[in-house]
Amino acid sequence: MNYHWNWGIFWDASPEGAGTYADMLIGGLRITLAVSVLAWMIALTTGSAVGVLRSLPNPWLKRLANAYIELLRNIPLLVQLFLWYFVLPEIVPEAWGDWLKSLRDAPFYTAVIGLGLFMSARVAVQVSTGIAALPRGQMAAGLALGLTLPQTYRYVILPNAFRVILPPLTSETINTIKNSSVALTIGLAELTARARAIQEFSFQVFEAFTAATLIYLVINMIATLLMRMLERQMRIPGYGAK
Amino acid sequence: MTDTIIALQNVSKWYNPAFQVLKDCTLAVPKGEVVVVCGPSGSGKSTLIKCINALESFREGEITVDGVRLHEKGVNLPKLRARVGMVFQHFELFPHLSVLDNLDLAQIKVLGRGKQEARTKSEALLHRVELSEHANKFPGQLSGGQQQRVAIARALAMDPVVMLFDEPTSALDPEMVSEVLDVMVKLAHEGMTMMVVTHEMGFARKVAHRVVFMDRGEIVVDAPKDAFFGDVGNERAKLFLSKILQH
Amino acid sequence: MFSNFDFQAIIQALPYLFGQGMVFTLTLTVLSALGGLMLGTLLALARISGGRVLSTVATGYVNLMRTLPLVLVIFWFYFMVPYIGQWLLQESRPIKVGGFSSALLTFIMFEAAYFSEIMRGGIQSVARGQNAAGLALGLTGGQTMRYIVLPQVLRTMLPVLLTQTIVLFQDTSLVYVLSLTDFLGAASKIAQRDGRLVEMYCFAALVYFAICFLASQAVRHLQSRVAIIR
Repeated sequence: MNYHWNWGIFWDASPEGAGTYADMLIGGLRITLAVSVLAWMIALTTGSAVGVLRSLPNPWLKRLANAYIELLRNIPLLVQLFLWYFVLPEIVPEAWGDWLKSLRDAPFYTAVIGLGLFMSARVAVQVSTGIAALPRGQMAAGLALGLTLPQTYRYVILPNAFRVILPPLTSETINTIKNSSVALTIGLAELTARARAIQEFSFQVFEAFTAATLIYLVINMIATLLMRMLERQMRIPGYGAK
Repeated sequence: MTDTIIALQNVSKWYNPAFQVLKDCTLAVPKGEVVVVCGPSGSGKSTLIKCINALESFREGEITVDGVRLHEKGVNLPKLRARVGMVFQHFELFPHLSVLDNLDLAQIKVLGRGKQEARTKSEALLHRVELSEHANKFPGQLSGGQQQRVAIARALAMDPVVMLFDEPTSALDPEMVSEVLDVMVKLAHEGMTMMVVTHEMGFARKVAHRVVFMDRGEIVVDAPKDAFFGDVGNERAKLFLSKILQH
Repeated sequence: MFSNFDFQAIIQALPYLFGQGMVFTLTLTVLSALGGLMLGTLLALARISGGRVLSTVATGYVNLMRTLPLVLVIFWFYFMVPYIGQWLLQESRPIKVGGFSSALLTFIMFEAAYFSEIMRGGIQSVARGQNAAGLALGLTGGQTMRYIVLPQVLRTMLPVLLTQTIVLFQDTSLVYVLSLTDFLGAASKIAQRDGRLVEMYCFAALVYFAICFLASQAVRHLQSRVAIIR
């Protein structure tokens, strides 16, 4: 092989002016984390709401929730990001469109919202599956005590459903982090994009990608560990032992 | 009739046009009475009892609970249900809450009691069902009999005017049935109005005032206890009784 | 708003979008699914019945792939394959690899990790009772796997495998980062050439939606039938 390894490359100054190549990666990592955390918050809140709608007896609300889920699940994330980034500013009233286009961190906001909504459909499916997995009598028991329907959801159904779906939510958390890399297509300078940029500047392809790979491994390990801790924290003695 | 707690007038319900689960059911439960409802499985007993606190809807007829007519628009169902205690076949304790929290939740959220007041009440009730030492455990750590006693205490915590029991012992291992029945007998002796769907005829003999026999969605027999166990006079009820009493 | 939405632009682009783009996308999807399933099955077998070394390697590979973003894996293979080819063929310099071959190899290697998890779950659930039955008849372990377990796994897991293939179909749009002319790549090229971003991306979204929605409905239908048969 005539590839010239140069692991010292990360300490060289990057041609972008300030900082080293390593700083480029760290900057990318920061953006990956920021986008992932914010998008995950959107996904959890919106997804839970849609998941609850999907579990209600009203057929129209159920259909509405299903339509939302199908729409977001059946279009590739990349295409969805393009719709938010390129198409949205063109189809809203011109003044709004101009404002959107003038936003400095447009790729960042687009990534947060686009990825958040994309993931929310998957969260919604998990939440409604979790609710469906609970014994039917739990709802009746809550109502029989005089709790209202929202109270029954708030104090009985959701706390249990979330415990049931915590393991699949862990992998969706990691999926959010992984999927944030798709936003490099709309110019977001996240981790993978920065590794790619290092390759373009320095031709040290494999060092750059190895570093990015290791960073993803570490992030995922930490995310998994945190979720495991949460799972342990949330565990109820005797629950699920039946 | 002022002291009638539950009154059903010609209640009918269909699951689909072809399947009628309740046919013209009429029944009254006066204050302080214990009514046992029995009948073969699928006879509509559970559906009937769930209609009383509107966990199931019904198409025709009228149900009045403690002076409130269920089918009227604008009935505050949570408020009504808070006054009707219900005990389920499968306990339905909230698995994520400790025993005490199971008792506290609705007191605080529905009755608006203060944390301390609810706690005091809960502890007293747990003492009454002899489970004080399990107060801080979770439901999953208790036996079936213990869970059902917690469920009874949870319902009592709301100071209900009537208690509904939907086959409270049929999901229990045999050796745990009596501890639950003992609590229910005590409750009956204290004068609680009760409607109990059960096959425990020993319980019916001991505390019931009346026994109702249902079959295929109809109330076939509604008789005082002694008349029911003396000579029920209905062939279907006789057959049913002979089947469950032959052991 | 949509006032100057130009349907003509879409109609004119149809031959290019489908004749080139969609053909590329579908070919890549089908070949990757087949290759990924085969490699994935081997990985699953290695994890279940391979020796300690083999199963550790397979597990490590699957977990690594499942940890990395697909975009990064696409870049990895795109730059790595020429060097691997050079080493395999003992050439003096990195070999040239076409975009399609590179993408196909990437997707086979990447999807194999996901398919292997599906197959592993299936093999474990089927093998429990069936393995003993096969061995009791005098079949070898390999024969039992080949003639008894795997056919059942493929059958019961078919809906899940197809669902994963729909995900794969959507994922192939990421070859955009290599500027290849898949369906989205074709749409994007026209969008930029003619300045018709709104039309092209809306149309692309619609086509992806229609295909994935219909396919997932079909899988759901199949799933209910499989459920009855078993």
